[in-house]
Amino acid sequence: MGILSFLIFFPALIGVLLLVWPNGRLKQVRSLATVASAIQFIASLWLWFGFVPGNGFQFTESVDWITRYGIGYRVGVDGISLLLVLLTTLLTIISVVSSYSSIQTGLKGYYASLLFLETGVIGAFVATDVFLFYVFWEAMLIPMYFLIGIWGGERRIYATVKFVLYTMAGSLLMLVAIIWTYQYSGGATGGTFNLFDWYGLTIPTAAQPWLFAAFALAFAIKVPMFPFHTWLPDAHVQAPAAGSVMLAGVLLKLGTYGFLRFAVPLFPLGFEYFADTLWILAVIGIVYGAIMTLIQDDIKSLVAYSSVSHLGFVILGMMALNIVGATGSLLQQVNHGISTGALFLLVGMIYERRHTRKIADYGGIFAVVPVFSIAFLIVALSSIGLPGTNGFVGEFLILLGAFYTRPWLAGISALAIILAAGYMLWLVRRVFFGPIVHTVNETIRDLSKRELATLIPLLILIIWIGVYPKPFLDRIGPDLQTWLAKARSQQMIQTAPQNEPAPAAARKATPPRPDSTLVPPPENETPSRDGVAMVGGFE
Amino acid sequence: MLSLVWTIPLWPLLGFLLNGFFGRRWGKNTAGLIGCATVLISFLVSVGAFSALLSIPERRFITAPFDWITVGNFHVPFSFMLDPLSAVMILVVSGVGFLIHVYSVGYMGHDPDQPRYFSFLNLFVFFMLTLVLADNFLVMYIGWEGVGLCSYLLIGFWFRRPSAAAAGMKAFVVNRIGDLGFSLAIFLIFWNFGTVTFSEVFERAPGIAAASGGLLTAIGLLLFMGATGKSAQIPLYVWLPDAMEGPTPVSALIHAATMVTAGVYMVARCSVLFSLAPVTLLVVAIIGGATAIFAASMALVQNDIKKVLAYSTISQLGYMFLALGVGAFAAGIFHLMTHAFFKALLFLGAGSVIHAMSNEQDLRRMGGLKHAMPVTYWTFLIAALAIAGVPPLAGFVSKDEILWQSFSSPIGSWLLWLVATITALLTAFYMFRLVFLAFHGEKRYSGDVHPHESPASMARPLMVLGVLSVIGGWIGWPKILGGGSWFEHFLAPVFEHAEKILPAREAGHSLGLEYGLMAVSIAVGLIGIGWAYKWYVKSPEAPERIRVRFTGIYNLLLNKYWVDEIYDAVIVRPLIGASRFVYRRFDLEVVDGAANGIARLAQSLAAVGVSTSTGRFRLGAVTFAIGCVVALGWVVYMFMRVSG
Repeated sequence: MGILSFLIFFPALIGVLLLVWPNGRLKQVRSLATVASAIQFIASLWLWFGFVPGNGFQFTESVDWITRYGIGYRVGVDGISLLLVLLTTLLTIISVVSSYSSIQTGLKGYYASLLFLETGVIGAFVATDVFLFYVFWEAMLIPMYFLIGIWGGERRIYATVKFVLYTMAGSLLMLVAIIWTYQYSGGATGGTFNLFDWYGLTIPTAAQPWLFAAFALAFAIKVPMFPFHTWLPDAHVQAPAAGSVMLAGVLLKLGTYGFLRFAVPLFPLGFEYFADTLWILAVIGIVYGAIMTLIQDDIKSLVAYSSVSHLGFVILGMMALNIVGATGSLLQQVNHGISTGALFLLVGMIYERRHTRKIADYGGIFAVVPVFSIAFLIVALSSIGLPGTNGFVGEFLILLGAFYTRPWLAGISALAIILAAGYMLWLVRRVFFGPIVHTVNETIRDLSKRELATLIPLLILIIWIGVYPKPFLDRIGPDLQTWLAKARSQQMIQTAPQNEPAPAAARKATPPRPDSTLVPPPENETPSRDGVAMVGGFE
Repeated sequence: MLSLVWTIPLWPLLGFLLNGFFGRRWGKNTAGLIGCATVLISFLVSVGAFSALLSIPERRFITAPFDWITVGNFHVPFSFMLDPLSAVMILVVSGVGFLIHVYSVGYMGHDPDQPRYFSFLNLFVFFMLTLVLADNFLVMYIGWEGVGLCSYLLIGFWFRRPSAAAAGMKAFVVNRIGDLGFSLAIFLIFWNFGTVTFSEVFERAPGIAAASGGLLTAIGLLLFMGATGKSAQIPLYVWLPDAMEGPTPVSALIHAATMVTAGVYMVARCSVLFSLAPVTLLVVAIIGGATAIFAASMALVQNDIKKVLAYSTISQLGYMFLALGVGAFAAGIFHLMTHAFFKALLFLGAGSVIHAMSNEQDLRRMGGLKHAMPVTYWTFLIAALAIAGVPPLAGFVSKDEILWQSFSSPIGSWLLWLVATITALLTAFYMFRLVFLAFHGEKRYSGDVHPHESPASMARPLMVLGVLSVIGGWIGWPKILGGGSWFEHFLAPVFEHAEKILPAREAGHSLGLEYGLMAVSIAVGLIGIGWAYKWYVKSPEAPERIRVRFTGIYNLLLNKYWVDEIYDAVIVRPLIGASRFVYRRFDLEVVDGAANGIARLAQSLAAVGVSTSTGRFRLGAVTFAIGCVVALGWVVYMFMRVSG
């Protein structure tokens, strides 16, 4: 059994064990879950050290599963999924440890759900068989459903039903598209769900927009992109702290990951067809999300709305279709997991003490809980992309990449760097600064060692990626180059070279439609804009 | 010594980490010691590096400790560059920075949060040194936003005061508006030059300017937008007066001597880019001149001792931009340096007064402090004479140079000179108004206040800065008074490219004109002082009379032209109001309503067979119906396009 299979099945195994654990020995449930997630995290480090940048999919395993339908148990990790898998194992152990004091009921089910969730997420990240991916994609809804529905806040049922229905509604169309593509892959010999085979398919131009749309809808809901975002604040506000950490930290990434792994490289013409729409939705998401964040009066829903804005950036970087933007986009997925994960963790800690998430119930607590406050401030600064923190590297690369492709839209998106400073520092000011208005706040205790221990890895990563991102960038770079080639390959193949539009003009104009004349992307040349030589390279 | 250049910013960073992690355990005396010592080491290394620089003929040294970001062609090493310009800056930053650290030991002596204070102050010095030593735009940007962060933290140092917390946030957000411009400029630079390294960008700039002047104009204006934020120029100056909420040494270091000059430094650093796009230089000159006189007018009537100095700083920064805008880059940097000496001294002197008066900042409740605090008085007086432009003090030399350049430069104009000269008059007046109100005349404070001279840790830095305010300008002593303009020659390697681009100076202007203008500049300074003497010493009832006569103008100035109120009414409130409206009416009702509407519709469809549902259509359902129609139409359209 390979390392990936271990990472997929070990948590599930422990989860089952937890469920059947004798009720008389509840105290050991926490320890067992902690040890299991620690083993899991350490095992996942094997991927970090053993990964060879540029070798494509690694640690691959392939076993026939349902041969009749060409379904296999096929898994592998490349630069795109590597960091996301590591993020998952890290956030899982943090979630487990952070729940010691906040979760007092139904321990067995709770920790089992967290571990099942880990199985589902890792499975979806490493699956290279589309059917297998779909199984994990749907399966992870179940533990999340329980996490919010049982251990959530007052309106947990509403929130969880909304979350599940919304996600499933999107997934159904994707399922249809998967089956269509499967049929198409068949030809004379019978179809396959092998992703690598699918990459080799030449899918008809006319079908691509439909297929892309079906996949993209499922992923856009998960991200969530505007206007599919309204399930997110509800789910976050109602979820227990660890649930929010996992939800924001890794579940949302499955949406953006889905674009990178499936929707875009499988249907590049469909992607191109919808490029305008996606650009616009991403920019709206960024700016609109930031403006909505500004006026939230609940800390959790504030962080949730800020996620809408941040994930808009992730989509924007992908849309840039150049290596700078794509790298920023992928790095920012990790960054968002770290920063927003940490923010939800911190909100959970203060909620445990005061049982309120309303901003107005706080004020001046810097004087009472300095360690908590400083941790919060560092995370907040990383969230608004201050240089020296991880957020800057990701956000800057995204904007830089997007600026090349569509300067005006990137310029509008950049407004969010002002708005982000506004909403985050306003939050900090109202919660931490000023006089203490509510006397209850005078006796809040500062972070315990356990709580600090859950935050320190995230704080270290915030600074590490901000100051020395090289180890991360080195690992993701080569596979993103491959991805870019895929995302643009069919455009190249199907191009009938025409003599009319000049490359530079084409880049600035609306992207060509699948049915219209296609022009080769101008990246490998040095086109001129306004008569100026563009010496900035793409690759 | 050059091999140690990379450690110059590192020492204060070490101080920050030590004080940040262990400060509370080690106590406040250790905190102050660490804070001062680390900056002192930086200063000593800077002096060594400076002298080493003098001995290398190319006058430039580049060191790259490690690679920061590499993605495709986007390659950014974490590299530093020492050249005459950055050498001057690191000396000013670490030198004045050290003095202010020492002063802080006394000033913050009673504050239990000293470790936090010194760790932030050290962090600031780290970022500021990074900013000026940066060898490329992106490393500069780290320092640029980093100093903004420290400014935010230190303005809000006394975070229990709501006004301090608000001022810190305002400073950060307003600065971010400028930073937006800066980052857009970096995007344009990278995609058009293929690099963000200074020397490469400046080498390629003439070629690119030849192909497209508009591009460089855009870059220049965006960079300058960044500068208006950091250096508090119109229209983004509004954060600086509020920043006075911070402890006074912070105002001296960050909001007078160093951070706010970052914009000036940045424009000077990019002198080649600005020179290639003449429009941008014109904008710099106009904004600089306008800010100089506009801010000086507001300083005339302020009653808070620190607010007077704050507006004065904005005004003097305007002077520096004016110099840059007429192509006198060396003069701008020269004034930056002398201003750092005398303005830091003014702030520290004001801090000494505030300290002695038990935190009183209102000039109307001071008076006659001359005898109680002689060291503070005499050093303050020197600084005031310097800023008023009285020879042979530092301020005279640098200010006179700017006035002369604004008139005589090929891209200068008599109008700019006139604005600058009137500003000089106003400057001398409001500064001596402050001196007379605080130190001369009758005591206007209550009997329980017992002003006293400040302790040695505070007084010594005042004396050192006092000496610098006198002699600091002599290294740039003008030729017509027998000097050698050594400072300008030292900086020449940095600015020679830009100067070659700019129109050549006409040879042989009349010496008489230069002497004449110098006489005018001295005269307006003396007139300003005399005017203040007449109003505030000789006939103290005069100001009241004038105020009654010109109530309108007085109120306009006192309320700072209501700019804050206008920004609030035009930008802040509408933004918040619109956000709330959109959130309630659109996000919750329409977007979320549509999602819930779909669910409800599905529910009622399922119920149709069972009973006739009341079917109350809500906004959400209507939206959904409209959405369906739109989606259907779009599907049909797409189908038609696909099928050809």
